[in-house]
Amino acid sequence: MLNLLSPGKIFEISSKSTKYVFVVFIIVLTIGLTESLFLSPEDYKQSHSVRIMYVHVPAAWTSIGIFTVVAFLSIGIFIFKNKNFFLITKSLVPSGFIFSIIALVTGSIWGKPTWGTWWAWDARITSMLILSLFYFMYLLSWRIISDQEKAIKISSLIAIIGAINIPIIKFSVNWWNTLHQGPSIKIIGETSIHSSMLIPLGIMTAAFALLSLLIFLMKFNTEMIRIKNKGLDRL
Amino acid sequence: MNEIFLMNGYGVYVWLAYLFTLLSFTSLYLITKIQLLKEQRKYIAKFGSLSRAKSVIAKEQKLNKEILVNTLISKI
Repeated sequence: MLNLLSPGKIFEISSKSTKYVFVVFIIVLTIGLTESLFLSPEDYKQSHSVRIMYVHVPAAWTSIGIFTVVAFLSIGIFIFKNKNFFLITKSLVPSGFIFSIIALVTGSIWGKPTWGTWWAWDARITSMLILSLFYFMYLLSWRIISDQEKAIKISSLIAIIGAINIPIIKFSVNWWNTLHQGPSIKIIGETSIHSSMLIPLGIMTAAFALLSLLIFLMKFNTEMIRIKNKGLDRL
Repeated sequence: MNEIFLMNGYGVYVWLAYLFTLLSFTSLYLITKIQLLKEQRKYIAKFGSLSRAKSVIAKEQKLNKEILVNTLISKI
């Protein structure tokens, strides 16, 4: 398993698979956009504004998912002393950060026609904003710390501390009275969303996941070549 | 046609949300691609400036070989 996560192995896979992932992403995104903008029905309460859900929810899900993976790998950096994990976490964070911003902005746009306001200090929104800030701090730590060893430790620590916020985002709608509704999709239990809306939501989530995979592969290659560039200097 | 664009008065919100998402997708992809190309160009330039003996040593490393092959393929 750890061998699969070795930089050489990932580089080998990523350099060959990038173009295929790109093509699949474009196809899935096109189907997702057609479904969510034109084919899915309007909501009986929210009318057409419900279509914002198909970009807002996948963005939130994938950004939370990416941060969870980054946090687990960061723990791995400390436990297994495997510094190669940082190449994976560093390559995952940019898409996670952008997706968290998309979730906040599209949520704000959706809030105006639904709640009559662009912004509210609601528990779910605030915890998502905190997630974005953790992503930002992670990226910033790599920008301002020149010593790689130190940057790995500090960025990993940021990810681990930030992971505390993940269950808060998830359960904020149960713990506090918020403007957000309770979960409509449950892993265990009955899902209250109709299949005509669930299908485009699933396709758009796949498109977001594919883009994050594509960005991860490209970013990982960039990092590997950067390391090898330094290696050439030392020859 | 009007229905598609206006969406019962919600069109401006829906299109704005999708436009922002697609712009973010494009920017994220382009920035990452530019960074990758920049690093590849730097690598090729550095590799080209190596002496014959050093380039032989560098080529012995599997990862260097992989980078060279992929960079040249992407240039083609």
